[in-house]
Amino acid sequence: MTEPRTPRQEAKTIVQLSQVRKSFNVGEPTEVEVLHGIDLVLRAGEFAAVMGPSGSGKSTLLNIVGLLDRPTQGQLQITGLETTTLDDAALTQLRGHSIGFVFQYHHLIGAFSALENVMLPMVGMQGYPTAAIEQRALALMDSVGLSKWRDTPATRLSGGQQQRVAVARALIMQPALLLADEPTGNLDTKSADAVFELFRQVNREHGTAVLLVTHNPALAARCDRTIQVVDGRVSA
Amino acid sequence: MLLGRYQPFEWIVASRFLREGRLQSLFIMFGVAIGVAVIVFMSALLQGLQNNLVTRVLTAQPHIQILPSKEKVRVQYGQDDALHAAQIQAPLQRLKSIDQWPAVLTLLRAMPEVSVASPAVAGSTFIMRGAASRALNLTAVDLALYQHIMNLREKVVAGQARLGASDILIGIELAADLGVRVGDKLLVQSPTGVSNHFMIAGILDLGSKGANQRSGFVSLHSGQSLLGYPGGVTSIDVTVRDVYAAEVVAQRIQMQTQLQADSWIKTNAQFFSAVKSQSLANTAIRFFVGLSVAFGIASVLVVSVVQRSKEIGILRAMGISRGQVMRVFLLQGGLLGLGGAVIGCALGILALQLWLQMARTPEGTAMFAVTIDMVMLAEALALATLTGLLAALAPAVRAARLDPVVAIRG
Repeated sequence: MTEPRTPRQEAKTIVQLSQVRKSFNVGEPTEVEVLHGIDLVLRAGEFAAVMGPSGSGKSTLLNIVGLLDRPTQGQLQITGLETTTLDDAALTQLRGHSIGFVFQYHHLIGAFSALENVMLPMVGMQGYPTAAIEQRALALMDSVGLSKWRDTPATRLSGGQQQRVAVARALIMQPALLLADEPTGNLDTKSADAVFELFRQVNREHGTAVLLVTHNPALAARCDRTIQVVDGRVSA
Repeated sequence: MLLGRYQPFEWIVASRFLREGRLQSLFIMFGVAIGVAVIVFMSALLQGLQNNLVTRVLTAQPHIQILPSKEKVRVQYGQDDALHAAQIQAPLQRLKSIDQWPAVLTLLRAMPEVSVASPAVAGSTFIMRGAASRALNLTAVDLALYQHIMNLREKVVAGQARLGASDILIGIELAADLGVRVGDKLLVQSPTGVSNHFMIAGILDLGSKGANQRSGFVSLHSGQSLLGYPGGVTSIDVTVRDVYAAEVVAQRIQMQTQLQADSWIKTNAQFFSAVKSQSLANTAIRFFVGLSVAFGIASVLVVSVVQRSKEIGILRAMGISRGQVMRVFLLQGGLLGLGGAVIGCALGILALQLWLQMARTPEGTAMFAVTIDMVMLAEALALATLTGLLAALAPAVRAARLDPVVAIRG
């Protein structure tokens, strides 16, 4: 894929995939290749939508970029660090510090309140809660407009509220990259708009690179760039 | 409720997971508690029963009795080493004094395992009062020392435990048979015809009818002259600090002195074997209760891992390491074990108190002393926690190995 030369090219490269292939059931008769040599670059401050039909490999691509899965072949650099040679502990560490996830089904942890859910990644990375973490989580809750619901158990929030908490949680570590897998897929139009604007705000204010998987062409049109994934190949 | 400051992440997540699955946690904790309560109750009861039985056996006999070595036949050989006797008859075992017994006594008292060594002369005699006579097993002792072997003062039912030169203590049945009371005089005659008059200083209840019918105690000097062992003793009675080590100590004494040393374990082999079987049965019960507790905790945590697989996946996506996930589940196992054990110890103590109230003799006294051993409670707590941790190992490894992609997808 040839990238158009824009002023953004000067920005720091956050994600770089080179000839990334991914196969499942390797070595078995049912082996299937779902990504066929993907090249992709995402720079700081970029907001890209990933579109494509179901089964085209979008989620697999997102899992690989999010270091939740490993490519079968090819290179993947995150914030300039080659990841294919890293062990699980190093990948976990890099994921925790550099990548924030927002999933379609928000996936908050039911045993904790909204604020605690936001605090959790940083508490996990640091080992224990501190006042600084709480302050940071409170600021994020405020920025997503949910400071009133800080102590509400996560499961008692509405779908839109839960997704906004999930965004706040994804941002607590100030990641260089935000990955979102159909984050508005289960929300009404108003809530979907609010969540999208939240992503946009983070992208603009902090220069966070955003990779957003969506089936919604209107939403994709509001992104800086659209990456089409068709049959495991990228066609920009 | 906000996260407690400076509490470890694993502790926070484990305790919240347990609190969220409240009913599940309570049920398994109660299961653990019942198991621990059974262990605490059974162990205390069996230990109390065992101590009671051992105490009863040992209040009527020394831990170790040192006797002269048995007489052996010296086979005569000719110059050609041919055996001249076709049959060897076992020698008669005469009562005799322990050779160099003061030196043996000094050696025994120097042994750290030995608490008291008391010389004694024992023999069969006749006790007579008017026309009535009875057989009497007479034991001559130094009362101050012998008191630590058999507490005669506790057994006195009339008079007092005193052994002056002409004092005698006799069993309660014997006193009844002869129709005597404290202060009455009796004639005691040895098989060799030597006799002496004694005054009853005290009447004893020795705990069994046989002993009460045939036993009598006099001072060591009186016994030595009556039974024909001037300056000699026929046995040395020994108490050791650890009653269960008596046989080992007896063997060491036998090696060092070449005398016969019989421990209470050897002389009560059947009883000791019963005590050992009881301990073995107790250990087996503990093991199987522990096993069922472990399986209970493991099964609850396996279900919990399945139920929480999505949350585990999310935690992993957030950057939580496999080790942290594993520790969260190990802690849950440990907490279930510890929590159950605390409740179980309380239930066990309660059950013991109830049992002590209900199981009473017709006189209204406790059947035997049951003490709540704090070390045993601490062991129960530690073992239940360890069992919880071990039971959680397999589910914890399973949780840590979950593929976050698969877990999140559900």
